[in-house]
Amino acid sequence: MIAEAGLAALWLAAGLAALQFVLMIMALRSHIDAARTMRSIAAVQGVLTLISFGALLFVFARTDLSVALVFENSHSAKPFIYKVAGAWGNHEGSMLLWVTVLAFAGALLALLSRRTNERTLVAALGAQAALALGFYAFLLVASNPFARLNPAPLEGRGLNPLLQDPGLAFHPPTLYLGYVGLSIAFSLAVGALLTGDVDSRLARAMRPWVLGAWILLTLGITAGSYWAYYELGWGGWWFWDPVENASLMPWLAATALLHSVSVLASRGALKAWTMMLAVIAFSMSMVGTFLVRSGILTSVHAFAIDPERGTFLLALLAIYVGAAFTLFALRGVTLKEGAPFELISRESGLVVNNLLLSVILGVVFLGTLYPLFVEAVTGEKLSVGAPYFNAVAGPLALILAALVAVGPLLRWRSDSRPILKRLTIPALLSASALAMTIIVAPEIGILPRLGLTAAAFLAAACWLPLVGRNPLRTPLAIWGMVIAHFGIAVALAGMAVDSAFTRQTLAVVKQGETLSVGPWTVELGDVVPTAGKNWTAIEAEIHASRGQGLETLKPQTRYFTDPPTETNEAAIETFWNGQLYTVIGKPDASGGWQVRLWWKPFVTLIWLGGVLIAFGGALALVGRAWRGWRSKRDRGWRERYA
Amino acid sequence: MKPKNQRFILVGAAIIAVLVAVLLAMWGLRERASYFYTPAEIAAGKAEQGRGMRLGGMVEKGSVQRGADGITVHFIVTDGQARTPVIFRDILPDLFREGSGVVAEGQLRGGTFYADKILAKHDERYMPPELGNLSAEHKAAKTLTK
Repeated sequence: MIAEAGLAALWLAAGLAALQFVLMIMALRSHIDAARTMRSIAAVQGVLTLISFGALLFVFARTDLSVALVFENSHSAKPFIYKVAGAWGNHEGSMLLWVTVLAFAGALLALLSRRTNERTLVAALGAQAALALGFYAFLLVASNPFARLNPAPLEGRGLNPLLQDPGLAFHPPTLYLGYVGLSIAFSLAVGALLTGDVDSRLARAMRPWVLGAWILLTLGITAGSYWAYYELGWGGWWFWDPVENASLMPWLAATALLHSVSVLASRGALKAWTMMLAVIAFSMSMVGTFLVRSGILTSVHAFAIDPERGTFLLALLAIYVGAAFTLFALRGVTLKEGAPFELISRESGLVVNNLLLSVILGVVFLGTLYPLFVEAVTGEKLSVGAPYFNAVAGPLALILAALVAVGPLLRWRSDSRPILKRLTIPALLSASALAMTIIVAPEIGILPRLGLTAAAFLAAACWLPLVGRNPLRTPLAIWGMVIAHFGIAVALAGMAVDSAFTRQTLAVVKQGETLSVGPWTVELGDVVPTAGKNWTAIEAEIHASRGQGLETLKPQTRYFTDPPTETNEAAIETFWNGQLYTVIGKPDASGGWQVRLWWKPFVTLIWLGGVLIAFGGALALVGRAWRGWRSKRDRGWRERYA
Repeated sequence: MKPKNQRFILVGAAIIAVLVAVLLAMWGLRERASYFYTPAEIAAGKAEQGRGMRLGGMVEKGSVQRGADGITVHFIVTDGQARTPVIFRDILPDLFREGSGVVAEGQLRGGTFYADKILAKHDERYMPPELGNLSAEHKAAKTLTK
């Protein structure tokens, strides 16, 4: 019953989306007032998708095996939290989550948006309905999450053990909220292009959505990176895997958009530019969804054998991106250029930021799609990995990090003050950082060395916008910017130190024998069997010491039976200056065990930086919302008492 | 700046950015894309020495030997037509098995493949992408969603 209710809610929502789209066309053509009706429809649509997603959670929570999706991806002996999280750990469920977020964001736009021009809002709600309609169709036709099995099987197939992790409960929903939050920027841009009202008012309406989506993407990527780091047991935090790139590309575009939308909001400049980025940002979300959900990454052949889903998604992608680009080509050129600015100005600085981010986005995009393209054309198989991405995107990112320090010091419109003078202290600091790395560690690579230099420069220079201001009176948005930029420096420092100073040891040891890694002396203690709810494991006791104190770490190799799998559970101990990372491998014939140790100094800065970046964004979001609310209240009082 | 010039400069900058991205990507991909080879292709001399590449096939039954240090592993990858010896100095992935599919990342030096990383089946259903058409399990292939 519950499953059927979920499916019915989905059909209803699809019908409402179609109605919403038709109303938009009628309203734009004949100037009837459809705004109120469309707002209500969008809200109901959001509620219906929530009901549908709730129904899916319910059948997963109860392990209702008569639902095919539950049978394929769940098991009655699984811990409860993974039963629920398993609802989105598969294709159909995650697409339902996608659509739910899409419709829910549309509902929020309909309910909250008071600042936008009414006609633009109508057009944007119509565009959002058109987006939703395609993905409803995809779910209902090609990926029904509620399909039944008759008779119901007795036991489910289980969930991939790598996914049985708290990370799964948090990481995909956060990323999806970010991915799909960008759809609002897309719809607003499409709406504004349709009505021709591209102005700072639109930008101010768009900005909180971009900021919110960007914060969630930042958190989602940071969490995903940490998850891969401890769960895969490979000691790396970023693998340039296409699935990771699929989340990085929307983030890069959203970062560019975030900065250009500020120019449009404050100065009324970069109109066409910002609309283009808004279209690109959500297009990247859709490209990512296509890459991950079509099966094309498994192999181009798998895609060709079971083409229904992939072709469907590709068609949706082509239609939406194609339509938006066509609209842009027709209307973008008719937009008047906004307020003029000089070569040395905040605007120019942000244009350079946008250009660099776009080039990075371009090389990541091309590198990610190149293997698919080559295989489709010539049948030759190849892969593009870290050597390409680090060599091409790395230096660009360093240049960008250094320029982040300069941009916020520039004035709007035109600036003839000597900016470089203000950067003397950060420049001296980074020069001494560079000198120190050359003296202390002459052997490290050029990229980590320059990374440390740039990080030192930015870490000092990012505070300069606060100089001469009363810190308590500085708007939260400025604090947010400063903290986010400081977060970049922190993350960059973590990446550079990790790649330059990580120490690794890999050896076979018997119980009681010792190894050393970096400053640590490590002894292998007992190796004992242990068990959890749906797994058994071999657990090693590893005693580590560096002078004083003794730490005990317990890495495991876990064996799951449904489905039959082994996973390495690394044991990681965090200290203020780094992490000790231990993995237990296989036994050898003489009773020794393979042990892998990493000492990773300051590696935690990578994720701390990510969190700081997101926190800075959140400060800006809250600060702006509060100011908006206060100025509205003040206006209300003035009107009442004047 | 005049508005008209400003637009001209912005459009120019955007076009240059796209061109730079394409040129950089072409340069990087020509040097750093790693191709996928089977033992038969390596035997035929198609693979370039010392360059990053991937080798895929089946781990030959009875070929896995552990070195004296307990870490180094020697094994042979075969595709039924040719055999390539592989040396790997690391912990083998969880489901590395003789007689089952494997993809190794590394370089060819002489006739031996020095692997930096081994991608084996991650679970009963997962196949490294490149092995798709080497195996009967092809249809059951399923991506590992991270």
